Amino acid sequence: MRIKFKLDGEYVEVDAKHTDTLLKILKDKLVVGSVHFGCGEGTCGACIVLVNGRPRYSCLTLAGYVDGKEVTTVAGLAHDGELSEIQKAFLENDAAQCGYCTPGMILTAKALLDRNPSPTDEEIFDALAGNLCRCTGYVPIINAIKSLSKKR
Amino acid sequence: MARLRGRGIAAICYPTGMNLGGDPSQTVIVAQPDGKFIVNVASVELGQGLRTALAQIAAEAIGASVEDVEVRFGDTQTAPHDTGTFASRTTHRMGNAIVKAGQEIRQILIDVASKILEVSPQDLEIGNGKVWVKGVPDKFLTVKHVVNQAQFVYNTPVVGKGHYVKPKSDVDPDTGESDPHSTMAHGCIVADVEVDTETGIVTVLQIYTVYEVGRAINPKLVEGQIIGGMLMGLGAALTETVYPRYPQLTHQATSFREYVLPTAGDAPKIVYKIVESPTETGPYGAKGVGEMVANGIAPAIVNAVYDAIGVQITELPITPEKVLKALREKQ
Repeated sequence: MRIKFKLDGEYVEVDAKHTDTLLKILKDKLVVGSVHFGCGEGTCGACIVLVNGRPRYSCLTLAGYVDGKEVTTVAGLAHDGELSEIQKAFLENDAAQCGYCTPGMILTAKALLDRNPSPTDEEIFDALAGNLCRCTGYVPIINAIKSLSKKR
Repeated sequence: MARLRGRGIAAICYPTGMNLGGDPSQTVIVAQPDGKFIVNVASVELGQGLRTALAQIAAEAIGASVEDVEVRFGDTQTAPHDTGTFASRTTHRMGNAIVKAGQEIRQILIDVASKILEVSPQDLEIGNGKVWVKGVPDKFLTVKHVVNQAQFVYNTPVVGKGHYVKPKSDVDPDTGESDPHSTMAHGCIVADVEVDTETGIVTVLQIYTVYEVGRAINPKLVEGQIIGGMLMGLGAALTETVYPRYPQLTHQATSFREYVLPTAGDAPKIVYKIVESPTETGPYGAKGVGEMVANGIAPAIVNAVYDAIGVQITELPITPEKVLKALREKQ
């Protein structure tokens, strides 16, 4: 099966089996370094990408699903060498340690703020419930998101 | 049925490293022609911030500016021996080795600068990437220039090597006396919890911690350890079965559905304070922090649950099932 989709703003075309996951295609065929394999069963969030702006576990998404759609990885957030707001907020709040969860965290946070610019604590907790982090204790990540909340 | 609140306290003394002569660290620092320094370290940066902390230590020991120091990790083929990143040891053990290596380089730079300036080495000071004659800080040579002169004019290798190990200390058979550890860090944890006696669910509302860490080489990184360790300890207290193969291999958790980690919503409010009491045995007084900040959390939570419901849970994690069972047995 030939699938064509927009990856971080540029059209790509790849051959995929019907059973291939989006994660497999991104990692093996398109060599996207920032998308991580964690659990492979949709609990850790290391593989999250945005599909048409919504976060999805790429390990549970069949590659064919994104045909004709727009896929965004964390590498697609910076423009002209300048980090996006959410990336800067993560940096300023020391919201990364080992970095394995970080791309998924940033994309989940971006999707949250895009649809809800002033989330409550509960809404932030709900949004991050599918992203596990072992290093930071989440507090700096939550602070990074809050620093961009428009309600301040 | 009620929601009962309780407060628990725990204190911790925690040794740094493996001790008993068993965990040596070695390093070699090499100056590059552009005046930068490569610190070769066989242990590994896990995200805790060694890359930054060890660069700070090297810069301080050499007298270089921290931007000119690069720490290279994990290549056991090109770096000298190190026992590894574990036991809260790397900043302390490798830091000590780096201090020695850095001081060797500092001496080389001062010797070369004394030849360039035709002054006695004793009259020179070095720091922050500059070398100057005492009392005349405005007239200085850059470390970069001195390195370059050493390599191209004075034919002097700008290389430093360092080693650290806590020597083995045998137990005195008469007195039982021994010197088993290189340094001890200390801490105290207070946990406030709420226990729902209907569901058995324990919620940690607030954690207060104070840790004595020797010297916080980089306070921001220490904070990162404290907050991360807090949540790891909270997971061990409430949800994580930390004996994954007990009692049989078939009982181990096979996924994050069974091995339940805390998520963002489980993070309690945390108030923390860092106390600095530099140790003589550490690089600029630093002690190990990594494990201590996780290990005291569960005891504080267990005590807080005891305070709330009057029953001491003696096996982690404190699952709702164990709370309800304990409450029933109490009645």
